[in-house]
Amino acid sequence: MSTTVSLIIVAAILVFIVIFQVAKTSEYISVLKGEDQTRKQNNRINGWLLLGFMIFGFIAVWLCNKALYKTTLLHQGSASVEGVKQDQMMMITIAITFVVFVITQFLLFFFAWKYQETEGRQAFYFAHSTKLEIIWTTIPAITLLILVVFGLRFWFTITSDAPKGALVVEITGKQFGWIMRYPGKDNTFGKTYFRVISDEKSNPLGQIWEDNAELKLKADPANFDDVVTTQTMYVVKGRPVKLIINSRDVIHDVGLNHFRMKMDAVPGIPTTLWFTPQYTTKEMKERTGNPDFVYEISCDQMCGNGHYSMKGIIEVVDQADFTLWMAQQKPNYYAAFPEKDPSAKPAVDTTTKAVAVLKK
Amino acid sequence: MSEVTHIHEHAVGVSHEAHHEGHHHHEHHDSFLSKYVFSQDHKVIAKQFLITGIFWAVIGGFFSVVFRLQIGFPDAKFPWLETLLGEWAKGGQLQPEAYYALVTIHGTVLVFFVLTAGLSGTFSNFLIPLQIGARDMASPFLNMLSYWFFFVAGIVMLSSLFVQTGPFSGGWTAYPPLSALGDASPGSKIGMDMWMISMALFIVSSLLGGLNYIATILNMRTKGMSMTRLPLTIWAFFFTAVLGVLSFPVLLSGVILLIFDRHFGTSFYLSDIFINGQALPNEGGSAILYQHLFWFLGHPEVYIILLPAMGMVSEILSVNSRKPIFGYMAMVGSMFAIAILAFLVWAHHMFVTGLNPFLGAFFVLLTLLIAVPSAIKVFNWLTTLWKGNIRFTPGMLFAIGFVSLFISGGLTGIFLGNSALDIQLHDTYFVIAHFHIVMGVASMFGMLAGIYHWYPKMFGRYLNNSLGYIHFWITMVGAYVIFWPMHYEGLAGMPRRYYKYDIWESFKQFGTLNQIISIAAIIVFLAQFLFIINFFYSIWKGRKVTTKNPWGANTLEWTTPINPGHGNWDGEIPEVHRWAYDYSKDGHEFISQTTPVGDNESKH
Repeated sequence: MSTTVSLIIVAAILVFIVIFQVAKTSEYISVLKGEDQTRKQNNRINGWLLLGFMIFGFIAVWLCNKALYKTTLLHQGSASVEGVKQDQMMMITIAITFVVFVITQFLLFFFAWKYQETEGRQAFYFAHSTKLEIIWTTIPAITLLILVVFGLRFWFTITSDAPKGALVVEITGKQFGWIMRYPGKDNTFGKTYFRVISDEKSNPLGQIWEDNAELKLKADPANFDDVVTTQTMYVVKGRPVKLIINSRDVIHDVGLNHFRMKMDAVPGIPTTLWFTPQYTTKEMKERTGNPDFVYEISCDQMCGNGHYSMKGIIEVVDQADFTLWMAQQKPNYYAAFPEKDPSAKPAVDTTTKAVAVLKK
Repeated sequence: MSEVTHIHEHAVGVSHEAHHEGHHHHEHHDSFLSKYVFSQDHKVIAKQFLITGIFWAVIGGFFSVVFRLQIGFPDAKFPWLETLLGEWAKGGQLQPEAYYALVTIHGTVLVFFVLTAGLSGTFSNFLIPLQIGARDMASPFLNMLSYWFFFVAGIVMLSSLFVQTGPFSGGWTAYPPLSALGDASPGSKIGMDMWMISMALFIVSSLLGGLNYIATILNMRTKGMSMTRLPLTIWAFFFTAVLGVLSFPVLLSGVILLIFDRHFGTSFYLSDIFINGQALPNEGGSAILYQHLFWFLGHPEVYIILLPAMGMVSEILSVNSRKPIFGYMAMVGSMFAIAILAFLVWAHHMFVTGLNPFLGAFFVLLTLLIAVPSAIKVFNWLTTLWKGNIRFTPGMLFAIGFVSLFISGGLTGIFLGNSALDIQLHDTYFVIAHFHIVMGVASMFGMLAGIYHWYPKMFGRYLNNSLGYIHFWITMVGAYVIFWPMHYEGLAGMPRRYYKYDIWESFKQFGTLNQIISIAAIIVFLAQFLFIINFFYSIWKGRKVTTKNPWGANTLEWTTPINPGHGNWDGEIPEVHRWAYDYSKDGHEFISQTTPVGDNESKH
């Protein structure tokens, strides 16, 4: 063990011994001074400490908010159209709970201080009051009902079907990264089956593009134009995007903080979510004043020892940029079967690169 | 009804009387083993639960210090960590597998071993017979077994720390497929088997205890102790036991299915999995099924932890305010409501699993409904303090601290219970802040309040007051310093269970804050040793209790001798004539439950 650690331990032990001795002595003194008197003194001290704790506590809460509010997403504003309303709901909930927080904490510490033991006073025998109890059952019930109604209306909006014309992207989690798939020109995802997954054969999603007698599979031509990428997803500003979420191994979670969205990726049970990005990545860099800003996909469900590094990126671009990007992508089919690629030279394209990443 | 109960109680009383007599004759034959180790005395068993709970709290707390070091100082090297943990901290740097193992075991141990066994195990055992006027539990032998199953569960959990592939590291909720597949994580190999064995043993312990508590409360109350005269502590222990008995078996069933998936080739939870370069044969299972089974225990578990603390805090607030608890029936009613609702809200942990949104809506409604009985309890506690004549014993301070934390943590539950907000906050530090404040720290405060308050009854000596005050103030301030700022991290979307944040543009702004939180956590952890030293020192050297009823309380435990033997009362069990909360009534500071109602006493 290093010397600093030993020193810290020795110092800590010394502090303990001092506190312990002082505490023991104070007990002896209290016996000498008369226990009742010491008790009353302790009572006064702690009564005032409780009041002080409340006052300094409220100041600390205010300072904490001043220092930290700008680090939150609320300050940054929602990057999705739907999230704006969610932020409003968040602010309303914060306002209501904060008022309750201040009132109840104030009463708690104020009563404790005000009604600390004083000589000659007797406590007020007050066992129940139906009126009071009815009041403080109904008020919280009504308040909560309002929150529930607002919450559920919004909940049903965001969990409803994605608007027509939404861009559909499939995202699949695996330990520890993300695979994205676009349906290609036919706008249809080809069928997949997990038993034909093979990273070596450039088929990380198990696209069924060959007949397989043993597994009784028939090739799905819809697979031939599907584009597969890893880690980065391109979506269009102002166009709703629907994600179909899958997992290849354990449960992951597509966490989209800037878009106020989140959904688990469960093996065998596809889930979906949708949102409408309202700022491009470039615009967001300006809005936040952070030149390194990126929309990140964070895995929000414990998925193993690399959980903390399971990061994806969403690039929000204009429709023109998106069309350009899409045109550069080659269907994954050609990565697996280069000989079928109509463009003569089977050059190393992004998809093979992606698969190389996967193999690592 | 009352007549039947009366007769029955009488019969039980006689048999216990006889038992007690017999006990007296053989007292000098009591060996150390039968008196302190395999004891069937509920008071000794309670102390065993408490001391084992303290042991686990130190382990679990120390783990949190180690992983907080990683979160606060991800780039620092601590050579002493390597000395201590070896491979787990190569070059003084905590490894991810160790980080996740520590996080997992911290959660498991604190939730089950400390705040379930250490809290309800200790105080249900200690207070139920003493406060209802019984000589012991309905079955002292099962009670003893309950402790020893818990002990063995602990041994198995402890052993899992030393296996080569490490203890389970997939989070205390142990979601499959991660927990089902050794290929998914080294912690899911033998470590997970041991975790499950330990849990199974723990569930047995919890059931033996719970059935005993229910049987004792329903059947063995002394003459005159009707259910509505029970102190709120007993009501709380009763609901806790009912929750445990109804929900723990569901966890066991979930664990058994998991064992089948792991070892016997079934597919309850597994489907469509490609891992470690190959596709698994399993098809048709649902990983979400486990979450339903887990949270069907997991959510009631929150109240298994919280209710005993609520009950004890109600009692301690009333005694030290020298006032009756306000709204006794409302308190019982709200605990009943909480106990019922506890079974109807489990899926609010699963809003983002792809749960049917329509189904989710019901869980939102039911979840926010729990806020109503919780609010009633808070207002009743506040009114109990109002116009009191309050004594700030360390126990009372912790009880006040409990109420403060319960408010702070309870309010953030309104965010998380609302699915539309949960979809944003789920699995961020907001959740960590919420459940640590409302369940973890608050219940810990309830437990500490209970220890400070009933220590004189447990050991016949006082804890040192000054140490108690220092302990309280450091813990109180520290708890808020640690957990309050985490709400902001959560509002920034910072995910929980991350080993480090340096590659994340969205979350790396919290470096300094994480350091502050970690330092506060270390200080608070160290401050707990003030309590632990105080606890053990005072068992032998504390100031002696000289009166039977040092706090001037009404309940029956304070009518026993200062150091009650097995059987609790020397003579007959006292008869009860009134409820437990006649404080400051008709000019009397307190009126014990054993005092008959006077002719011209005012009604409450």
